[in-house]
Parts: sequence; structure tokens; C-alpha cells
Amino acid sequence: MRRRRAGEASELDAMAVVCLLPSLLYVVIMFVYPFLHGIYLSLRPAKQSGLSLANYVAFFTDEWQYRTVWITFGIAVPNTVVVVAVALLLAYGMRRGIWLERTITTILVLPISLGVILLAEGILGFYGGRGWFNQILLAAGLLQEPLTLTHNYTGVMLSLFMQQFPFCFLMLLGYISGIDPSLESSARTLGAGPWIVFSRVMLPLIAPGLAIAFALVFVLSFGVFPSAILLGQPAGATRTIAIAAYQQAFEHYDMSYASAIAVVMGLFQLAGLVVIVLFRRRLVMAPTMGVGKR
Amino acid sequence: MSQSLHSLRFRLTKRFGAKTVLRDFALEVRGRQFVTFLGPSGCGKSTALNIIAGLIPQSDGEVWVDEERIDHLPPEKRGFGMVFQNYALFPHLTVFGNIAFGLQLQHQSPPEIREAVRAMLDLVQLPGLEGRYPSQLSGGQQQRVAIARALVLHPRLLLMDEPLSNLDAKLRIEMRAEIKRIHARLGLTSVYVTHDQTEALSLSDWVVVMRDGVVIQAGPPSEIHDRPQSLFVADFMGFRNFFPVEVTAVDADGVEGVGQGMLVRGRARHPLPTGAAAVAAIRPDDVELGPEGGGANRFRGRVEIVEYLGRENEAVLTLEAGPKVWLRTPRSLAADESVTVTFPAEKVIFLPREPAA
Repeated sequence: MRRRRAGEASELDAMAVVCLLPSLLYVVIMFVYPFLHGIYLSLRPAKQSGLSLANYVAFFTDEWQYRTVWITFGIAVPNTVVVVAVALLLAYGMRRGIWLERTITTILVLPISLGVILLAEGILGFYGGRGWFNQILLAAGLLQEPLTLTHNYTGVMLSLFMQQFPFCFLMLLGYISGIDPSLESSARTLGAGPWIVFSRVMLPLIAPGLAIAFALVFVLSFGVFPSAILLGQPAGATRTIAIAAYQQAFEHYDMSYASAIAVVMGLFQLAGLVVIVLFRRRLVMAPTMGVGKR
Repeated sequence: MSQSLHSLRFRLTKRFGAKTVLRDFALEVRGRQFVTFLGPSGCGKSTALNIIAGLIPQSDGEVWVDEERIDHLPPEKRGFGMVFQNYALFPHLTVFGNIAFGLQLQHQSPPEIREAVRAMLDLVQLPGLEGRYPSQLSGGQQQRVAIARALVLHPRLLLMDEPLSNLDAKLRIEMRAEIKRIHARLGLTSVYVTHDQTEALSLSDWVVVMRDGVVIQAGPPSEIHDRPQSLFVADFMGFRNFFPVEVTAVDADGVEGVGQGMLVRGRARHPLPTGAAAVAAIRPDDVELGPEGGGANRFRGRVEIVEYLGRENEAVLTLEAGPKVWLRTPRSLAADESVTVTFPAEKVIFLPREPAA
């Protein structure tokens, strides 16, 4: 180790700041400024002078607007739960490797490489009224008339699932297969059946990864836009908050109101993350708190 | 379950794809015995242990405890304790949580659990560490906790899979004594897996030397050490000098052989007829220096390399006859020095030559 001369530490700090500068600049220009500007814009309604909360009041008093919050939650929450649950189930099942693992993983992950639009086209074709899915079920006599699976809530859910499942699955698989297999073995020899192994050993260890998965999928789902338009009913059942903001910005040219809606959306996403973090704490604490409580 | 078993019997075959890692590996372990599976990596010893624990299914065979066949039972129903090479402590639980884990699954009352955990921590000499997390403990402490966690359930059989191989040399010797003490104190029945001959010899009542999924030799440690029956076991037990010879005479005192211009006398475990292809073997520690002279078991050579080992020196000689000899001696030797070595006939063993070795 080299001995440090006096003043070297501060030189080092100066160097660090210089090295950080480009990335700091990038963050300020690309994120902090637009974000703050958006908030400022949202507080300057078009029809008034000076700062005011009029846009927010307008949003939360107009049923057509504020119902988008519930619609978006109605899509984002179930989608997040389903995506994470299915990904967890599959990744947990595959944690020790299975037959044809690479092939299966490739098939599961393939949708990532297709864009949202191509995916939407595919879903429209396959699950549509005259698509294979319905044709097969009709031919098999399982249905009397075709199911409506597109241009509604179900269509949006299908599309979101296919977009987000691969990411979530890969992340959880990486996380779970990183856990030392001998932990499971030792729990078994200590008398734990498969369910206890999962709930008291594996789940607490997976919890941090699970929380990240929940957070990512939730935030992505909450901002749902193309899927809601292409596969849903953008004027009705799947008019999400992102669509509301888009309409204010590019149909009514009211950037101020659109910014306010975007800020509201951001706040709800933040609230969702807070809930996830709190829940994660509970998940990790649970097994230790259970000591001697039975 | 607190009762130690009277006997564990098994016969196991395990195939992974086309590879057979255990071939009719059969053994009976009696109650309170300390049995070690000894062998190089890949010999199937860990696989056998995992099958006994129920963590890996066997391809063929049976496992019996006393009068009960148990090979269909999942690991949690077998009542065996297991200690792993990497400790396998639950990182999200404290020392208390780890040791109490099995007791909580048995729905014991909190005061009982607290008392049992405390007693176990005393036994493994870690009192008062209940509140620590595994990451706050040293390797040796973690392995003690792992042992306590397995023992607190009073398993009828304790399985240990190379429990000392992640520890440094000093700690390994300390923990070896610790395991021996606990085994004796609690009257456990233990099956231990290792590739370290010293561990196997010092801990066990019975050593099973394995290679390629079969038993090569089994017996008490002294027998394995003094009377290896094959080159493989001899090599594993520290015989370092091997001389291919042809048996020239067999009499009441032993065997005589000639090879590479050397006349060697020794003992044979196997009936070796005159003319048989054999290998004469001796440990470096048993090779003696001097006196001058000729005849059987006495050879002149030149010192090639000397390594200082503290209490003694290890030297490699090249004999005038050609072969190299490893020897250990407290005497200081210099490179290029000419010396005479003697192989005490009672320390030389003759083994049949085998193609694989």
C-alpha cells in the first residue's frame, strides 16, 4: 500500500467529482430537469395565471378522469400478482434444473425479442374471434360460441403478461438458483417437508428478489399504454391513466393538465413501491417472529 | 427418535445417465460405531451419504434401519442428522433460530426449546451466541452451530459430509477432536465422509476405502493403515515408494523379489507364488539411513532434493540401481551426498501388481 501524502485525499475527491460529472450532467438534463419542469408545468394551468392546484382539482373531481386510477390499478395489481406468482412457481420448480431446460427457457423468454406491436398483432390473430384458440376450442366442442379475448380487459392482461413474464421469470430464476442447494437439504434433514422448506427457508431468502420483481412489474404495468390501446378498449374499460395523460397532451394540447396527470401517476407508482417495501419487511420478519409463537 | 439405532444396512447402486457412481455398495453399520467412507473425489462416497440421508434417490438397492426398510422415506421422515461441508446454516436466522428450527417443527414448547438450544451451545462450546447471525461467526463456529443444529434433535444416525474440509489446518485438528469427543459423549452412530486419511484414521472405528463406486478395502483404521491390500489403498495410506518386482522366493519369514536390479524382502498379505508379478512398497518414514553394506533391502544412492519439514527432512534419492526413493529422517542431508538406505523387512509389503494402478 502506498502511503498517502497530506492533501492527496482531497485531490482524490476532486478527481471523483470530475469523473462523476458526465453522468451527473446526464441525470440532471435527462431526468431531474424534465421531472421538475413537469411538476412546475402541472402547477401552471393554461387558463389561469400564477401557480395553482386547479389541474389536480380538475382531475380528482372529474369522474371520467379519476376513474382511470382505478382502471389502472385494476390492470396493474392483478397483472403484477399473476406475473410474479407464475414466474415464482416456474422458477422455483426449475431451481435444480429440469429436462430440456434450455429449450423451455428459450421459449419462455422469446417474447422479449418481439416488440410490443408484433406481440399485439400475434395476440389479436391467435386469440381473436376467428383465431386458432377459439377455432380449436369450438372444434373440440368445448365452446358453443367464440370467447371475446381481445379489445377488452382480458386482451390487455394477456399482452402485459407476455411482455413482463420473461423478465420476471429470468430474474427470479437467477435469484433462486443462486441460493445454496444445501440449505434446502439441511432443512429437509431437520424435519421440514417441501412446503416448510419453501415457506420458512426459501421464501425469506427469495424475498428481496421477489420485492424487486413486484416493484418492476408493478411500475411497468401501471404505465401501460400501447397494450391498452391495441388490445383493449382505450375509450372505456381499459382507459388507463397513461391514456388520459396522452389525450390531454396530444388531443387537447393541454400540457399543463397532462403533466398533472403524469405526476399523479408517478405518485401512485411510488405508493405502490412503498407498499411492496413494507410487505417485503413483513415477509422477511415472519419466520423469526414465529419463534415460539405456536 | 432419541434412541440410537442398532444397525444400518444398505446396498446401493447409483447411475447418473450412463455413468455408474455406486456399484452394489453394501455395508452394515452397527449402533454407536463411527464409520468413515474414505476415497478420492468422484469415488461415490458423498453420493452414498446423500442416498442414506434420502436427499438423492438410489437407482437400485435398499436401506434398512433395524427391521425397517427406509429407502422410500423422504429425508424429513428418516430421523437422521446431517452436517454439510459448507455448514449450510440458514443465513436469515440467528444461531438460536438455526438450532431451534427442527425443534419448532416438532412443536416443542418455547421454554423446552430455549433450554435445549442452550444445552447444545454448551456442548459445542459456544455458550451465549444465540443472537448472532451465521455471517457474524467464523468458519469453525459455524460448523459447531451446524453440528449443534443436527444433534439437538437427537438423531438416531449422524451423517457428516466432509465437515472439516473448509477449515484451516489448525482448526481442522481442533474440530476433529471435538467431533470425536461429542461422538463418544453422546453415544452416537455416525457415518463420516472424507478424502483425508488422517481424519479417517483418527476418528473412525471402521474405515471403508472406496474407489469408482465400490469398496476396495474395509476394516479398523490400524488394519487399513498397516496392512493395505492393494496398491490403491497403500498409496492412499502414505506408501510412497513402489518397486515392481518378480517374486523369487517365498518362505516362512516372508517374500523375496527382484526387480530393477534390486533384491527386496518383505511381508505379503496375499499368497504370492514364486514368479508372480508384484510391487514392493514402503513408506518414506520407514526407510532408514545406513549402515554400509550390501545384500537384500540395502541400497546405495545419491541425494537429489532435500526438503526441510521442521522436525525432519524429506529427501529424494536416486539409487545406483536406478529407481528413486522418498525418505524422511531427522538427520540433515545435503544434496549430492552419497548414502546407504535400508528397508526394514517388516516394513516392506508385497502387493499383487494390478493393471489399473
